[in-house]
Amino acid sequence: MRKSGNLRKRETKTAWIFLLPSLIGFSVFVFAPVLVSLVLSFLKWDLLTDAKFVGLSNYKNLILHDETFHLVLKNTIVFVLGTVPTRVILGLLLAMALVKSIPGRTIFRAAIFFPVIIPTVAAAMVWRWIFNTDFGMLNDLLYNLGVNNLPQWLSDPNWAMVAIIILSVWKDLGFTLVLFMAGLQGIPKVLYEASEIDGASKWQKFWRITLPLLSPTTFFVIVINVIGSFQVFDQAFVLTAGGPGYATTTIVYHIYTNAFQLFRMGYASAAAWILFAIIFGITLIQFKYQKKWVYYV
Amino acid sequence: MRSTTPKHRVFNKSIEKTLLFIILLAVSILMLIPLFWMLSTSLKNIGEVFEYPPKWIPKTFNWQNFKMVWQLVPFKMYLINSLIMSGFVTLIHLIVASLSAYAFARLDFPGRNTLFLLYLGTMMIPGQVTMIPNFILVKTLGWTDTYIGLILPNCFMAFGVFLLRQFFLTIPRDYEEAATIDGASRFMIFRKIILPLSLPAISTLAIFTFVGQWNNLLWPLVITNKEELKTLTLGLASFQGMYSTSWNLLMAAAVMGIIPSLIAFIIGQKYLIKGITLSGLKG
Repeated sequence: MRKSGNLRKRETKTAWIFLLPSLIGFSVFVFAPVLVSLVLSFLKWDLLTDAKFVGLSNYKNLILHDETFHLVLKNTIVFVLGTVPTRVILGLLLAMALVKSIPGRTIFRAAIFFPVIIPTVAAAMVWRWIFNTDFGMLNDLLYNLGVNNLPQWLSDPNWAMVAIIILSVWKDLGFTLVLFMAGLQGIPKVLYEASEIDGASKWQKFWRITLPLLSPTTFFVIVINVIGSFQVFDQAFVLTAGGPGYATTTIVYHIYTNAFQLFRMGYASAAAWILFAIIFGITLIQFKYQKKWVYYV
Repeated sequence: MRSTTPKHRVFNKSIEKTLLFIILLAVSILMLIPLFWMLSTSLKNIGEVFEYPPKWIPKTFNWQNFKMVWQLVPFKMYLINSLIMSGFVTLIHLIVASLSAYAFARLDFPGRNTLFLLYLGTMMIPGQVTMIPNFILVKTLGWTDTYIGLILPNCFMAFGVFLLRQFFLTIPRDYEEAATIDGASRFMIFRKIILPLSLPAISTLAIFTFVGQWNNLLWPLVITNKEELKTLTLGLASFQGMYSTSWNLLMAAAVMGIIPSLIAFIIGQKYLIKGITLSGLKG
């Protein structure tokens, strides 16, 4: 349909009216802050005294010298490696069971999904009590199972991160589950029926049909899980306050402390951009390598 | 080669289903045990909390724990603040996002694709990047410890624009063309045709936004100091700071913090799951 010049002009005007509220909001609270944040990352500024331009030294210090930052980076990577594969594997297995016509499946799905929507703060409060060394439910359970060396969980630097990983897997497993269920339901049943006629075993069906045809979903699940996990904050804030020592301080926690408690705005902004670079880089790599294993119909 | 007669196969299938049922039941119980433990502790008296071995069901149900929490901290105010923040963010977000999504989906204007890509690009930037300048902005404007400071910076999310645009694109153009011939304005079409037809997508986005803001901790933490503006998440976190070993009270507070989510879950489960699925399809 070709539009005359006048009509086109009028449509452009209408479009800008529809866009205006969004455009103003995005400019003020999204686009401008992105640019400002970039500028901040080249400054040394505590909000009170005058800002000082320091060039790339925030980045240089963070990347080369700042041992605390290296530690929180390592902690965050441990968290990502602990949560993402666990959620993907458990989520896939449970989804495969839940797409079958099993009695009570909607109730099971609801039970697994419910933790997703409760506030992480409330969930972390509950788990802080579960992980209590002397009176917590978990150690009581482990004791009854015959474990003698009961972990000190939140006060042990080695176990504290494990505790945060357990809480996070529990909390967000349902999200992964629902995505996998949708993906599985999209695989045509005919393929399974045809392979059964050819005498395919369960394993063959899983490896040759389910996994390849589900790979776009799996890819998406991994990508968003990685992005989300790199931004972990609430769990660490409530469960361990980043401790003991720095054992569970994550990148975002570190940014929070530096920006809003120590008022090191430049340093924190640079750290936020490094976080973005990491997430962006990993996502880019994943998109590049998806050709090797993701199968689009 | 395995030779299975049809009879065998039916038998195997039912064994398999029973086994899966048992596994799923076990997993579901495992998922709910923490919440049961929370509920159980919330009803204990403090003596029973520190009893060893721990009891799963309290001897007497101390409902007054809930009343205590309600009296020790302004819990009702926390709830109201969370409601105000989540409600207004949802409302503003939906209005702004649906208007712009309509422009992106249906109206022709120069630079449309570039602008849309710019919007999409912001979905990749973590919230922490924009949080610091937004904090400075809110502080400069004197909006710290105000509702507007809590609400406004959270109202602009590219995800909502994207989701609604995708949905609007699936609505057949015929409806609008008929209305145009009848002389309806673009805004009338948007309000009377597009919005009613998009109710499923709008509900999904609404419940998503609401739950997301209800659970938001970082922004309220950064932007509020005053007790009168604390949201539920912030109230829970500071309550834990004050009564860190009164586990029965802490769990009572957690129960009360989870009840609104439970209600939202019961009402909106369908939309929540649809929303996740929709966002998954774009991958």
